[in-house]
Amino acid sequence: MGLTRLERRIIYELQGDLEVTDRPFLALAEKLGIPEEELIAKIREFEKSGKIRRFGATLKHQRTGFEGNVMVAWRVDEARADQAGEVMSSFEEVTHCYKRPKSAEWPYNLYTMVHAKDEEACLKIVEEIAEAAGVEERALLFSVKELKKTTMRYFFEEFGEREEP
Amino acid sequence: MDDLDRRILNEIQSDFPIETKPYLVVGRRLGIAEEEVVRRVQRLKEKGIIRRIGANFDSREIGFTSTLCGARVPKEKLDGFVAKVNSYPGVTHNYLRLSSINVWFTLIAPSEERIRECLREIEEATGVSGIMSLPAQKMYKIQVDFNVSDD
Repeated sequence: MGLTRLERRIIYELQGDLEVTDRPFLALAEKLGIPEEELIAKIREFEKSGKIRRFGATLKHQRTGFEGNVMVAWRVDEARADQAGEVMSSFEEVTHCYKRPKSAEWPYNLYTMVHAKDEEACLKIVEEIAEAAGVEERALLFSVKELKKTTMRYFFEEFGEREEP
Repeated sequence: MDDLDRRILNEIQSDFPIETKPYLVVGRRLGIAEEEVVRRVQRLKEKGIIRRIGANFDSREIGFTSTLCGARVPKEKLDGFVAKVNSYPGVTHNYLRLSSINVWFTLIAPSEERIRECLREIEEATGVSGIMSLPAQKMYKIQVDFNVSDD
């Protein structure tokens, strides 16, 4: 991959919270000891190369009335996986759809996250997805408890200031 | 939050200008003064509507690898297993689920080798064997909510 130390440091810092001023990149550039223009050029480069998926404001989770969710693992013939994946993705209620390897113990290969207003509504959507995608076999993985939910802080080991929580 | 706040949020969520004066650019797009944008963004942040302003990275593109793990954990080993798994900073999501494979977590690490090493450490420390690692082979959809809905 070959990121330079400066690039790793920029990535580390950009995971934080940018100050709201008329020149938000200036203070950060000073902290990094580089000119503001260089920081801006780097961020644009990271966006262009796909390193940055999205730059901008993250909002407080909105309670939109979609409280129910279920992870569904589907068993699909490998040859049909792409087609089924596309069909599943076309559902508004499907927020994530991935293909993962099958194993003898766990023979499922497509994974969807389904969000709807409650559990019952989720089940109904799952039925519709099954029919539309032509996939019968599935495992419904309702969550019983959230054990951890956090955002990744890349390069924390290298640059983290070990602030007290 | 009024309509102008919502329009500002839509701009700075999905199309934040990477410029020396980003709020000036947003103001131009919306036909308002830079000071007005800055003032409103500051207020939205104070009110907690904006959680943070920054970058979200694609873990693969910056050299990290990620996987979804599933484990069959007996009830008496659950607390110890969860504590060990959650101690890794690369574990970002962990859920107890209604299934024979009952603990599902995501793990991000700098290499596939490091992922294998973490799983080996977890298995050795907790006595739970056969943790499945299911790295994504293809992504058909990842949805990030951009639009700010009305209250």
